[in-house]
Amino acid sequence: MKRALSYLGLAAVAVYCLAPFYWMVASALRRPQDQFDNSPVPSPVSTENFRAVFGGHNDFGRALLNSIVVAGVTTVFTLVVGVFTAYALARLDFRFKNAVLGLVIGTTMFPGVSQLVPLLKLFTDIGWINTYQAMIVPSLGFALPLSVWLLTAFFRQLPFELEQAAMVDGCTRGQAFRKIIVPLAAPGVFTTAILTFIAAWNEFLIALSMVNRKEMQTATVAISKFTGVSGFDQPFGTQMAAGVIVTVPLIIVVLVFQRRIVAGLTAGSVK
Amino acid sequence: MRRTITAGALTCLALAALTACGGGDDKKDSAAPSAALDGRGPVTFVTGKDRSGNLQKQIDGWNSAHPKEQVRVVELPDEPNDQRQQMIQNAQTKSDAYGVLNLDVVWTAEFAANRWLTPLPKDQVDLSKMLPATVTTGQYRDNLYAVPSTSDAGMLYYRKDLLDKAGISAPPKTYAEMWADCDKVKALPEGKGVDCYFTEVNKTESLTISAVEAIEAQGGSILDASGKPTVNTPQAKAGIEFLAGARKDRMPKEAVTLDTEGGRRYFQGGKLLFQRQWPYQYAMANATDGSSKVAGKFAVAPLPGQNGPGVANLGGHNLAISAFAKNKATALDFIKYLTGEQAQRANLMATSQAPTVASLYDDPELTKKFPYLPVLKQAISTAKPRPVVVKYGDVTAAIQGSVYDAVNGGKPVDQALTDLQGKLTTLTAGQ
Amino acid sequence: MAALLLSPTLLVLALVVGYPVLAGLRESLYARGSGLDADGFVVQGNRFVGLDNYTSIFEGDRADAFWNAFTNTTFFTLTTVALETLIGVGMALIMQQAFRGRALVRASILVPWAIPTAISGLLWRWIFQADGAANAVIGHQVLWTADGFPAKLAVIIAEVWKTSPFIGLLVLAGLQMIPREVHEAARVDGASVWQRFVYVTLPLIKPALLVAVLFRMLDVLRMFDLPAVLVGVNQKSVETLTMLAWFEATNLRYGSAAAYATILFAYIALIAYLFVKLLGADIIGEARRTRKAAKR
Repeated sequence: MKRALSYLGLAAVAVYCLAPFYWMVASALRRPQDQFDNSPVPSPVSTENFRAVFGGHNDFGRALLNSIVVAGVTTVFTLVVGVFTAYALARLDFRFKNAVLGLVIGTTMFPGVSQLVPLLKLFTDIGWINTYQAMIVPSLGFALPLSVWLLTAFFRQLPFELEQAAMVDGCTRGQAFRKIIVPLAAPGVFTTAILTFIAAWNEFLIALSMVNRKEMQTATVAISKFTGVSGFDQPFGTQMAAGVIVTVPLIIVVLVFQRRIVAGLTAGSVK
Repeated sequence: MRRTITAGALTCLALAALTACGGGDDKKDSAAPSAALDGRGPVTFVTGKDRSGNLQKQIDGWNSAHPKEQVRVVELPDEPNDQRQQMIQNAQTKSDAYGVLNLDVVWTAEFAANRWLTPLPKDQVDLSKMLPATVTTGQYRDNLYAVPSTSDAGMLYYRKDLLDKAGISAPPKTYAEMWADCDKVKALPEGKGVDCYFTEVNKTESLTISAVEAIEAQGGSILDASGKPTVNTPQAKAGIEFLAGARKDRMPKEAVTLDTEGGRRYFQGGKLLFQRQWPYQYAMANATDGSSKVAGKFAVAPLPGQNGPGVANLGGHNLAISAFAKNKATALDFIKYLTGEQAQRANLMATSQAPTVASLYDDPELTKKFPYLPVLKQAISTAKPRPVVVKYGDVTAAIQGSVYDAVNGGKPVDQALTDLQGKLTTLTAGQ
Repeated sequence: MAALLLSPTLLVLALVVGYPVLAGLRESLYARGSGLDADGFVVQGNRFVGLDNYTSIFEGDRADAFWNAFTNTTFFTLTTVALETLIGVGMALIMQQAFRGRALVRASILVPWAIPTAISGLLWRWIFQADGAANAVIGHQVLWTADGFPAKLAVIIAEVWKTSPFIGLLVLAGLQMIPREVHEAARVDGASVWQRFVYVTLPLIKPALLVAVLFRMLDVLRMFDLPAVLVGVNQKSVETLTMLAWFEATNLRYGSAAAYATILFAYIALIAYLFVKLLGADIIGEARRTRKAAKR
């Protein structure tokens, strides 16, 4: 009974999240001339939209690669920097702690549109236009506040006694952190990593403005350049196909990673 | 703990220094762009995406003939607003990354007045072969800033099969004829479920175009020749009342949610008798792959008006040179190349975008492929531009706001137009 | 030690956010030339105007537009964050209870969050068209994408769909970090399911939940893309404060845009402060107490 209910719940969650996504996949699998169709199952099924994404002058494969570089590097840096900062905020005792947390979160309170022009001027002056760092550094800045706050919350959720016990057993603070805190906090760290990666993966405005060479553009920027033939007709099917293409690999990566990393780490620590 | 404070202080100092650097150069006046176009070498062409691969072909052709003056395409997003924003950002950083700009016709005044464009020497550009209406869209205060490369104008799409059934031989020239024809068609069994008319009334740039066309069809205007707003006139009122009436009685219920593509979907679904629409729909609505129910059943005519043919509104794109570009002599040659008769002909064949060179509209091979070209030529020849104002973004937003309220009954037409007159007076002051 | 650990974060934030924000604050005190000279050129140069950019927001038509956007922004924040929290916590609890298939569902709830906003905006615009899937499902024609109340609903539905997974994921991570012994102890003590949730689970996941909700609030208060793509810009019923700033900036009034951004900043800061004070999302305070307790 309980088991059935739990499956029912899981199914409800999956339907809620996936029904609109199904519509996206269905739209992407229609032939362009059936684009206005409303039937629940595309017929005939066509891969024309998917081929259009990678075809012609889109160079979408390269754009995906750029997105992976930008989002990947951003995630790694954010985690490394964020974990140390959060540890300091969660475990060390120093004044202005609230002020630092306030300052960190304060940086997420300005609308992104107003940060663009000053950054563009700055990066133009230092010759960063058309470079990865021009996209990575801002993404890092956008991702850090959330990561720092989240990791601080997660670290704080862990009982301090665990660490102290380890330190009594002869571990240094660093060892206690690495051997006790990090494995225990793995679900939190992993979730933070996913959220950071997705945010960087989906960043558009900065990536659009900092890059004017096609070989440096990211996937979201490439999608914004999809056009119909005339300029009025909207390539809805191609855009939906591109949406599927940028979303599905992300989900697969998450599936693979959560099995390996999280399962491995948590199994080792929480007996 | 002391170290925290030091770090904090250092950060603050660094911030202050950065701001000081960043803020300093806004005040400097940029020197007026020089009239002489000199410098040869590589240039960039900044444009929305190459729709058919034809642009790349043309650029390859140029590049193989000019090995030392290579052209590279900088692609912008498909959305016109995003294109404009990217170009303005480039102008603000005074970067030479952008060379030749592919500008929407309504941006010319704003870009020219802000000194973001290089004035073009009229004696070096041959505009005599182009439709005169398109040439005016590249000018600001009698100076030439951009060369027309494509044009566009709305036409009246009508269901020829239904008019034939109702015994009507010619498309309507006036609104009254259009409504009378519609009543006749609706009386037919085939006319069931067919709506009379559609022009875009959703709150976008399209609404500005619909409003300007409706007002000019009554002999009115948004601005007079000296640039003063004239939307408090009886003609303007009649125009907006036409739109409001049509929206209420003659258009599909969901008209207010239909954009350009939504209108096309409606027409292709066979649910519309008369439609104001751009030329791009012609080939798509004639597609015989099952996507259109009206293939072979419709024709086009010039837009109707109150007492005779209406006035279409001009769309299209012009090519200009950024004021901050390098190698302007090459840029000008490249513009001449892309706007030349041969290049425009190839572009028309590949993308069906309307050319600006007049003779192409009479070319037998082209009129065979695009039977609407004669109607389009007539529409463009008599077409008028949207208001030529530096603050075009504000002006069009004001028009959209007031007209949307009037057309959807949010405000009486009189009141909406009085408000609009006030707003436009402020926005165009000093022009 | 603390300074060493904190400085990379602060450095990046200073460069990427601090500098533009200060530049913006300065900008908000200036006005760009907008008059035309005799030849029709815009008079160049910035003029110091003091607080004029701020005061003019509250005058005439612009005051109406501001309060309308302010109301919309607040309305969207309250409704979407409340719904997201309920749905997100529900999702997390369901997934936590599951025996099998959790990994798969956990990955699938990422889908709404992972689709780029511009694309999901388009998707929902398509669904909410007059002859689209939404109207087909409810069997009644609602004009969702026209300026009006249904447009607000459309934005809320699309936003909640997109962002409840964010809360769901974070709460699930919090739940997974609760040692199993805690629950077992409570069960042995005879606590009911509801009691266990309210007195055991909720306090333990509270920090993660509060941080998630706080960041959702900050995000939705700055909402721009979704209503812009789904319904359009300059639409009274869905215009947010960020959209006003955007409109000013696209029409080259950078000073005025910066003034809107600063006002929005002040509003967000106020809400964040109240949230932290009222709900006790005071991470540090509690950490200190734990520490003192531990020392004793």
